[in-house]
Amino acid sequence: MKMKLEINGSQYEVDTDRNMPLLLVIRDMLDLKGTKYGCGRAACGSCTLLVDGEAVRSCSYPVSLAEGRQITTIEGLSENGQRHPVQQAWIEEIVPQCGYCQPGFMMATVALLNKIPDPTDEDIDQNILNVCRCGTYFRMRKAIHRAAELNKSNI
Amino acid sequence: MRGKKEKKGFSRRKFVVRSAVGVGVLLGTTWVTSPLWRRALADKVDKADPIYLGNTKDPVMWFYISNEGRVTLHSPKVEMGQGALTGLVQIAADELGVPIEHMDVVHAESMSGNLDQFSTGGSTTVSGLWQPLRELAATMREMLRMEAAKQMQVSADTLKVDNGTVSGNGRTLTFGEIVAHVEEWTIPKDAPLRDISEYQYVGKPVPRVDLEDKVMGAPIFGMDASLPGMLYGAVVRPTKIGARFVDANTMETVLMPGVVKVVKEKDFVGVVAETQLQAEMAKRTIKVKWETDRNWQTRDIEEMILVGKGKPIVIQKQGNSKRLLRNASEVITAEYKSPIGAHAQIEPNGAVAEVREDYAKVILSTQVVRLTRNEVADRLGLKKDQVNIVPTYLGGGFGRRLHTPHAMQAAVMARVVGKPVKYFFDRQEEFQHDTFRPPTHHVLKAVLSEDGMIEAMEHNVSSGDVMFGSPIIPDILQSILGSDAGAWRGGMIQYGAIPHHRAISWRVKLPFATSWWRSLGLLANTFAIESFMDELALKAGKDPVQFRLDHIQDDVRGFRLKEVIKAAAEKAGFMDEVHNGRAMGFAASTDANTPVAHVAEVSVEGKQIKVHKVTCAIDPGLAVNPDQVRAQCEGCVIMGMSAAMFEKMEVVDGSLRPTMYGPYKMALMKHAPKEIDVVILENDDVPGAVGEPPLGPIGAAIANAVYRLTGKRLREMPLTLEG
Repeated sequence: MKMKLEINGSQYEVDTDRNMPLLLVIRDMLDLKGTKYGCGRAACGSCTLLVDGEAVRSCSYPVSLAEGRQITTIEGLSENGQRHPVQQAWIEEIVPQCGYCQPGFMMATVALLNKIPDPTDEDIDQNILNVCRCGTYFRMRKAIHRAAELNKSNI
Repeated sequence: MRGKKEKKGFSRRKFVVRSAVGVGVLLGTTWVTSPLWRRALADKVDKADPIYLGNTKDPVMWFYISNEGRVTLHSPKVEMGQGALTGLVQIAADELGVPIEHMDVVHAESMSGNLDQFSTGGSTTVSGLWQPLRELAATMREMLRMEAAKQMQVSADTLKVDNGTVSGNGRTLTFGEIVAHVEEWTIPKDAPLRDISEYQYVGKPVPRVDLEDKVMGAPIFGMDASLPGMLYGAVVRPTKIGARFVDANTMETVLMPGVVKVVKEKDFVGVVAETQLQAEMAKRTIKVKWETDRNWQTRDIEEMILVGKGKPIVIQKQGNSKRLLRNASEVITAEYKSPIGAHAQIEPNGAVAEVREDYAKVILSTQVVRLTRNEVADRLGLKKDQVNIVPTYLGGGFGRRLHTPHAMQAAVMARVVGKPVKYFFDRQEEFQHDTFRPPTHHVLKAVLSEDGMIEAMEHNVSSGDVMFGSPIIPDILQSILGSDAGAWRGGMIQYGAIPHHRAISWRVKLPFATSWWRSLGLLANTFAIESFMDELALKAGKDPVQFRLDHIQDDVRGFRLKEVIKAAAEKAGFMDEVHNGRAMGFAASTDANTPVAHVAEVSVEGKQIKVHKVTCAIDPGLAVNPDQVRAQCEGCVIMGMSAAMFEKMEVVDGSLRPTMYGPYKMALMKHAPKEIDVVILENDDVPGAVGEPPLGPIGAAIANAVYRLTGKRLREMPLTLEG
């Protein structure tokens, strides 16, 4: 069936099965490759993106649920070439190693900061549940705190 | 003993090929298979300097310079996450004399000819290319200088190369201006290397070259590749160990929506469909009959992996530990175990292939560009130079991409349908068909003297294969060595001052695939040896740090190990007592000539082991990028503690399980230490291994701390107080 999707502020029309995972629509049909496939069972968080500002694991999220809502992917975080504070913090802390899981973590961080602007370590532990194999958690934690600082100074 | 003032005093020139591989192959197999020679070879392998096998003579193959003056390095090594490409760019920029901002780096496609003959792995990219890349870049720089001299009609001696320009006699040409007019390069015989003290980028924490792409979500991975008109493939895989294909019924499959073709080959059955989901759904309808002889269980595997079973080879021997152990009034003995481990890299294996009559292109994440190419060419009946492998950034390597049969499968499906095909593993397949870190069993024995010194020590390790059976290791090397150097990596006793010591490797062939997992045997072997050292120190009533120092020999290797041990202890403020509910555990290892020491600060809450802080001292020699050395230490600490504390594959009714993140427990954000303190020593003047050595000591460091807190000696990974 035909569906209208709003992704990163742009309108898209797709013709697909209602139950098609949002991840596959975004990656394979709309060619936005920043959101990653990791497990297909919402277990690793590599496919995390935002639907109306909340973190969603898109590999297990039927596309029809996203209809009429605002979808944000890693490609939509920066505006007019201006890095999002979370991306800026990730750059400043030189977080990525292999980099594959990083968009998912950054999207989960954006959602966390939407909810809790100045998270404690405890908040981070309880909300950031994605998997990183290279073990960049240590720098990610620093980057999350730094992003919270950057957000404050932007207000 | 050497004093601290001699820091950086060791000078070596790492260019001559000093590989045990070369030595062994030259000597032939007959007389090198004697036990003495095998030990000598094992020692050479253990201490070998990294080498690079590939073109190191033709700078034009390595560097492309545009008319705008941008320099692109075509790297035959792939970026797996360790930041190695950034190191290569730093080295090249310094030697070329070009601002690093003017440099780009890409993975060399196999058709470019700049092909690594071996693999990316073993922590050898920066260390192995250090000298060759400097020489290549210096040669390129001299070519630019000579060309500029020709264009300016002056003597090359009057020109200097700096900042992406060649200048002299009041004139300046940019690299771009020079290459715009070049007709034929003159390649000088000798190109002098710049003095390292002149380098601006080497030794500095330059930001990673791939940072921006990785933070912005650029499509740089194998999984992100696509080709026009591409279809999607899926391949049926057995769920049981040792399953043999009998036949497949695909009656239902051909009727499934979107199915383009069912592909039946002698060794696999796949389906190609219009979308990924359709391919997956169609695959589920293929009814395959498999045949298995046996329903393996974890218990069966554990009974196989036992010291005393399989074939032993002595890999290290000094003095006569056998006699001492036999005659001693008290022999201290302990056994340790490690489980089957999964790579669990987040980007699944896969490939995008396009095949025409006389040409094939495969885009994928691979650590073995040459092997991938050769296998695809063989399978398709093409010549090697008709196949172009396009390597991408790897969403984690860790040894999982040292064999890529899926590239052949994608290529075969692409040929059958006449269109490009993308094929990748789903996560269950990725877990079930991993090439696992083999389980291990260790028996350690020692005799202490009356004054609490180790008189004799033996380490027996039984392991599944790591490098044996790997297509990148020639069979001849396997028969020469006799023992699996991957399985015993880290298994030699690094305390050379123990008068009598031996290490023995027992080989066991398991019924499922085991292979290279980041740092190979290092994690398990160090866990065993360094836990045992701790037990001996306690038994002798000695401080665990001093006890270690007392057993290290006085030579260069020993000096470097002692220095990291002292540095870690000092930086952590090591105390062998429980303080505020926390205890410190100490452990050290030497891997690929890089010594590392860890202090883990641990508490136990209920049955939960919590690692609060890890201090890591490393001596990689010259640190080309100190920030990335630090990043590797942090990453190795976390990946190592994940493997040491949580990870375990089981064999249940013939199947490897679990097959999903979550059930396959791994370290998450909440488990990672809040503090990781890294100390970098540079007691060598060339860069050494970085990407794996810091994985070594972490398991033992944690277990040693847990003992101090609970009195329980955890001798089996994953370390747990439950049950």
